[in-house]
Amino acid sequence: MKKYEFLDHTADVKFLAYGKTLAEAFANAAIASYDVMTDVKKVKAVEEKTIKVTSKKKESLLYDFLEELIVLTDIEGFLLSKVKAIEIKENKSNFQLKATILGDNGDNYDVHTYIKSVTYSDMFIKETPTQTTLQVVHDI
Amino acid sequence: MAIKAKKLNDHTYIVEKQGDMKVPLKIFANEELMKKIEGDECLQQGINTASLPGIQGFSIMMPDAHRGYGFSIGGVAAIDAEDGCISPGGIGFDINCGVRLLQTNLHKDEVQEKIQPLLDALFENIPAGVGAKAQLRLTPEELEEVLVEGAQWTVKKGYGTQEDIENCEENGKLTQADPSKVSDLAKKRGRGQVGTLGSGNHFIEVQYVNKIFNKETAKTFGITEEGQVVVLIHCGSRGLGHQTCSDYLRKMEEAFPDIIAKLPEKDLIYAPAKSEIAKDYFAAMCAAANYAWANRHMIGHQTREAFKKVFGDKVEIHTIYDVAHNIAKEEVHMIDGKEKKVWVHRKGATRAFGPGRKEIPDKYQKTGQPIFIPGSMGTSSWVLAGTEHAYEESFGSTAHGAGRVMSRKQANETWKADSLKKELEKEKIIVKAASWRGITEEAPGAYKDVDEVIEVSDKAGIGNKIAQLKPMGVVKG
Repeated sequence: MKKYEFLDHTADVKFLAYGKTLAEAFANAAIASYDVMTDVKKVKAVEEKTIKVTSKKKESLLYDFLEELIVLTDIEGFLLSKVKAIEIKENKSNFQLKATILGDNGDNYDVHTYIKSVTYSDMFIKETPTQTTLQVVHDI
Repeated sequence: MAIKAKKLNDHTYIVEKQGDMKVPLKIFANEELMKKIEGDECLQQGINTASLPGIQGFSIMMPDAHRGYGFSIGGVAAIDAEDGCISPGGIGFDINCGVRLLQTNLHKDEVQEKIQPLLDALFENIPAGVGAKAQLRLTPEELEEVLVEGAQWTVKKGYGTQEDIENCEENGKLTQADPSKVSDLAKKRGRGQVGTLGSGNHFIEVQYVNKIFNKETAKTFGITEEGQVVVLIHCGSRGLGHQTCSDYLRKMEEAFPDIIAKLPEKDLIYAPAKSEIAKDYFAAMCAAANYAWANRHMIGHQTREAFKKVFGDKVEIHTIYDVAHNIAKEEVHMIDGKEKKVWVHRKGATRAFGPGRKEIPDKYQKTGQPIFIPGSMGTSSWVLAGTEHAYEESFGSTAHGAGRVMSRKQANETWKADSLKKELEKEKIIVKAASWRGITEEAPGAYKDVDEVIEVSDKAGIGNKIAQLKPMGVVKG
């Protein structure tokens, strides 16, 4: 199964990400985001980080999760290589995400595009019992 | 739904009020540009903007308009600052993205000879690209000062001149800024980025004056002859501004679920003018705008140093002006014969104040303010002057650039970096880029023709042609 695919957008970057579960689609959205910035296949998995996000809705969870990654890159120069583990828990009033990610320092790579921010533009999350599809537009 | 825009004249179209629209939509475009705007789904965004509470006169779209978030890029809305609202999507993620133009006493011929060492010196002095590290790393206390004082802080620290400040929109400092309304995370992102260019469509371009259209006004601006070298700096508030926009979009989303539920697009979220969040966002946005002015000012200083390194101390560089093109300003406009305080949202649009307006520097009181419209890489950029007519037409606003027509994905598939570089070199345009892949996304063919955008602005009388600039060398993030 395809993990993600880029779509046409006049000024920015738009993609669909897929997964058997919501968590897997989120992980693939993370990788797609780094595919925007650099040749993500070349990034080495040498550093491990943990990300925890709590948000009220699924869409805001996706927004906040991707924003955490963008901030990590902006402040620390960290580039993601893969998502080692990811878990999304649905509580009564919110959603909780915990992810362990692997990557490397951006100084070692050609980083060609910087994501200014994730947006809500055209965002959707569609879930069936066997598959999740989500769509994201990043402002670059 | 097909949107019907009525042609008013050769440079203006109108979409009459319908549905939830509180005012009509006015589009500045000729037939050619209108076709491009219609092909981009952004007219609907202009219509959505027209439904915002407190919007005055018209929802406006500029000739370089294309699709954005909430508002289109190239969107202008004057919204009642007492009973209306403020919308972060009407300003953009890159708060106070803008343009500074420097004039030099050098001629094109002498710079052409040393263009490569000059670009190398600029590249060395001004960190570009992702994760670029600034020469200046601010302490948390210093960052607070930057957010309050903007470009004026940098002069106090010994970078740049007082004259640079005088020739800057708002003198590089919005007094309504309140750093306590900017999140810690945004501040963390901002500490290491003053004096850095960033990536995407941000650049520093060494240009020469190709043609002067109004000698007298050009002279007042410091543009004295064709062949004179100028430098255009295009960048914004970096991570700090992006985070500020994002923080308040999320805050408004959580605070106003009822508003969100009725909106055609989530990114159009706004805060009613009287709400605490509206006031907080405005104060935070002003702080981020100040950060951007400090950033462009610092880059101006670093540019001056790079020129001195290559051409020695005989080089004189003066700031002509510095304009914001992603911002909301509290301004007073005549509406229905009465003065009214409004928040003029300019998202991918430039303020175009004409003669006599108190907000512009003394030296430009007779000419109107200078306006700079960068073209795409390798094409012309323009110097315009603001007009009185622009108050009636567009709340004192005009275009901001060429405007994209092709997606980055498509651009990457259409051009190869190597051949694009060679093509530009054939036209004597040298590019130095932090990353070569980024360059194809900014290929001139991915943009509208900036000269057409300028023709519309000039004919509509919302920004008059003063001088056309041509590039020689580009430093790209």
